[in-house]
Amino acid sequence: MGARTWLGEWPIFRQATGPDPLGRGAAVQSPRTQALGPRTADADEVVKSVCPYCAVGCGQNIYVRDGRVTQIEGDPDSPVSRGRLCPKGSASTSLVTSPTRVTTVRYRRPYATEWEDLDLDTAVDMIADRVIDARRRGWQDTDDDGRVLRRTLGFSSLGGATLDNEENYLIKKLFMALGAIQVENQARI
Amino acid sequence: MAEAHPVGFQWVMEAKRRGATVIHVDPRFTRTSAVADLHVPFRAGADIAFLGGLIHYVLDNELDFREYVTTFTNAAEIVGEDFADADATGIFSGYDPETGRYDPISWQMEGGGYEAPAAGMRDHWEPELREHHAAHASDTAGGAGEQAHAPADPPRDDTLQHPRCVYQVLKRHYARYTPEAVASVCGMSTEQFLEVARAITRNSGRDRTTAWVYSVGWTHHTVGAQYIRAAAILQTLLGNMGRPGGGILALRGHASIQGSTDIPTLYDLLPGYIPMPNAHLHEDLRSFLDADAAKTGFWGHMDAYLVSLLKAWWGDAATPENDFAFGYLPRLTGNHGTYGIVRDQIDKKTFGYFLVGENPAIGHANGKMQRLGLANLEWLVVRDMQMIESASFWKDGPEIETGELRTEDIGTEVFFLPCANHTEKSGTFTNTQRLLQWRREAVHPPGDARSELHFYFHLGKRIREKLAGSTDERDRPLLDLTWDYPTFGVHAEPDPESVLAEINGFDADGDHLSSYTQMKADGSTSAGCWIYTGVFKDGVNQADRRTPGSEQDWVAAEWGWAWPANRRTLYNRASADADGRPWSERKAYVWWDAEQGSWTGHDVPDFEATKPPSYRPPEGAHAEDALSGTDAFIMQADGKAWLYAPTGLADGPMPTHYEPVESPVANLLHDQQDNPAREDIDRAWNRLNPAMSETYPYVFLTYRLTEHHTAGGMSRFLGYLSELQPEFFCEVSPALARERGLEHLGWATLISARTAIEARVVVTERMKPLRIGDHVVHQIGLPYHWGSNGLSQGDPANDLLGVVMDPNVHIQESKVATCDIQPGRRPRGPALLEFVESYRRKAGVEPGGIT
Repeated sequence: MGARTWLGEWPIFRQATGPDPLGRGAAVQSPRTQALGPRTADADEVVKSVCPYCAVGCGQNIYVRDGRVTQIEGDPDSPVSRGRLCPKGSASTSLVTSPTRVTTVRYRRPYATEWEDLDLDTAVDMIADRVIDARRRGWQDTDDDGRVLRRTLGFSSLGGATLDNEENYLIKKLFMALGAIQVENQARI
Repeated sequence: MAEAHPVGFQWVMEAKRRGATVIHVDPRFTRTSAVADLHVPFRAGADIAFLGGLIHYVLDNELDFREYVTTFTNAAEIVGEDFADADATGIFSGYDPETGRYDPISWQMEGGGYEAPAAGMRDHWEPELREHHAAHASDTAGGAGEQAHAPADPPRDDTLQHPRCVYQVLKRHYARYTPEAVASVCGMSTEQFLEVARAITRNSGRDRTTAWVYSVGWTHHTVGAQYIRAAAILQTLLGNMGRPGGGILALRGHASIQGSTDIPTLYDLLPGYIPMPNAHLHEDLRSFLDADAAKTGFWGHMDAYLVSLLKAWWGDAATPENDFAFGYLPRLTGNHGTYGIVRDQIDKKTFGYFLVGENPAIGHANGKMQRLGLANLEWLVVRDMQMIESASFWKDGPEIETGELRTEDIGTEVFFLPCANHTEKSGTFTNTQRLLQWRREAVHPPGDARSELHFYFHLGKRIREKLAGSTDERDRPLLDLTWDYPTFGVHAEPDPESVLAEINGFDADGDHLSSYTQMKADGSTSAGCWIYTGVFKDGVNQADRRTPGSEQDWVAAEWGWAWPANRRTLYNRASADADGRPWSERKAYVWWDAEQGSWTGHDVPDFEATKPPSYRPPEGAHAEDALSGTDAFIMQADGKAWLYAPTGLADGPMPTHYEPVESPVANLLHDQQDNPAREDIDRAWNRLNPAMSETYPYVFLTYRLTEHHTAGGMSRFLGYLSELQPEFFCEVSPALARERGLEHLGWATLISARTAIEARVVVTERMKPLRIGDHVVHQIGLPYHWGSNGLSQGDPANDLLGVVMDPNVHIQESKVATCDIQPGRRPRGPALLEFVESYRRKAGVEPGGIT
């Protein structure tokens, strides 16, 4: 390395002679910082999505690398949001990659003081049994005046405003077929 | 709006830049107030007085948009002689003090024809109506009978001078809502009130429109539905409905809360706002339709919408011979809303509970009631991403700390099932402007996490397998259900597009329907939600359309898909005058093109494309054919916007100011203090603070912060957001801080008849004491996001609230209640219970808590 090259790479020299006289950009970059790039640059894929928080419906671009979400940005194409996200939308990468997220089934027996593990398939099977049992015990064919009710009050459901339309549709459809009228969500509060 | 819907607020700022005046009416000074042209401090719970005052101002000064009003509203129609206004008493005719309910017969228009409302209490008064109409019609065997729904054509007075025409009835009802009177009720100066009144009237008419934006600050009241009615009356008088820059815009708080109302996970609705059948009324499909469907307007096709729904659900098992399986639907007998369900949990009348992306232990009013419900269940399924308080209440709930409940005594079996997040599944959200937007799956969910689509599909399959071969008649709806969606991937994920296609519907040939107007009542079409028909038009997922906004005009019709029929502004026929001409060039939106013989414009016309403005219905016409070329409000039986609502509401045909149940002041406008038709739950765990109580002298209101989301499940567990808003706090004015000795950043304890909670104190000029009559009212602001779990923890503000409800929609009054506030932290353990009880004793409230 010649003296001229060495001098040319010296930050104070670059600051004094280059386009960055205040030393806040290119003049003070090391080779390491020069080599840094945004997470969005090396994504395998950018997937179109919508923010999951409030009902404005801001467009999101989901950056994916090696099958994991690496970054979520506002979608500039969206005529709703024009690329903007609020603090919550901007934090949604940490929502989907949260280290405290629970990813396995947790089970608490009646009167127990601690959680246990449970296999997902077993859990779904146990829930199906409980639905059938509660449905039967809460069943009402008719009321006292003999009017047809054809329903159960054995169990109920709460939630839907954070879910997809297709999911709400299946919940309502299944509950109606079960005769379970007590389906509610955040729209009531 | 700037706080809770910040990205939507960019459009308000855009409008302001172009000269719009922004007015913020809110008890708190927020980021919205900071950039508004005018902030009007205001007492929570006084909105009907405020809006009623504006209606009074418009009518008194004849500032209504007269041509719009006479063309599009029921202003000229004559109200029946039996109607008596609320006047000074505050109670309309038809009230029964024994039951606390209204009979609306005396509210009807002259001539007696009952008109089914397009929404609201559609079958609430069925027995009364049957009786009433028995006198008028011979055929009343089923439902209210044909006669009841004959197109009512009440006498009119187009000069609006008849003393019983709607215009004059309205004017008399609001006569007492003078600027001076309402300013006093609201805690603002008369001049502030008049400044708002002048601004909105100046900015409405042919060439200008005014929009109103609200959120749950208008709905969380015992008179919430009437708040919205009041805004609707005002906007209709000013000609601001169905026009660009107008309307009443609900800012909803969850990604698809609109969708979960359209395709309702709600007890009283079927998809597309078809009411759930009621047991004591509807013996068969015909009588249900007779009772609940208008014969005229687009609800005149409810038979086609409902039969198509039944075909979507029960396929070949739904035949003309069996009423298209209408009998498979369960029946209602009353209010099965969320608070009634929790009461039944506490009473052990219901045994199991699914919580799906909702955290009622924190997010609902009266947290103790919620947790007590959970603790009395046999089993509970929680589907969420984080360990929310509603799943762990048995271990760390506030009642464990006080000793009211013991973990070892709680028999609830809890299944916590992790769910997929929004990047891990495909599907649609419907945003607050009715826009469906498709999300594409980016990654697979980890571990046991699954979508709700997966969970409910496989749970349904499992239950059907277990009951296969059953001969029990009650299992037929389940076994006959169409439940066969194609699946993909290692976990057999159901294909969400196949579900969306079913919602959209199919014709007799199995092709996708493109419009609900193609639906038939003969069973040849199917569709899961008639208002969503068209979202799969031409076999294309219209919700996944993503033409960049920069390549489209300002309506941006090619981004996503809005129901119905991709219309972006509802009732937009009203953007043109009676002859179909735009009200002004500046406000042109949809208009009649006489040369082409069709409606055209910037948006999809919300009107039959080729019905000319001159169309007049022939005698005996049905459905939309019975509406004229000027009847813009096509879902209404008469095609008119109702300034006076003869049916549909449980608490009066016109909004009336009542004080909140827990109010610090007397009603200055009427003798009746609070909503006489409200719904209560009178139980030890739901004690109410007496009105005008010296023990609970201060008003509090709950709200959201920009940096947190609802009950915190999606925000308190995240590092950045917890760092931005790390702690529960209360906002108080310097005057209140002095009065109670509260220190900025110190602790305060807030006490109601339910419980006591603690919060950090923020003393701020942004909270203003208000003078109401001769009374100074202090208001305290409480963000409600906190609980015991997550990175940022604190007491739940909703624990302070009791439950008392609006009779129309059974929503709780949680935007205004009373409390006391004292410096310092709250007592711990059992001492907390004694502390709260001592307040109840002092206030003369019955003993409360868990008994």
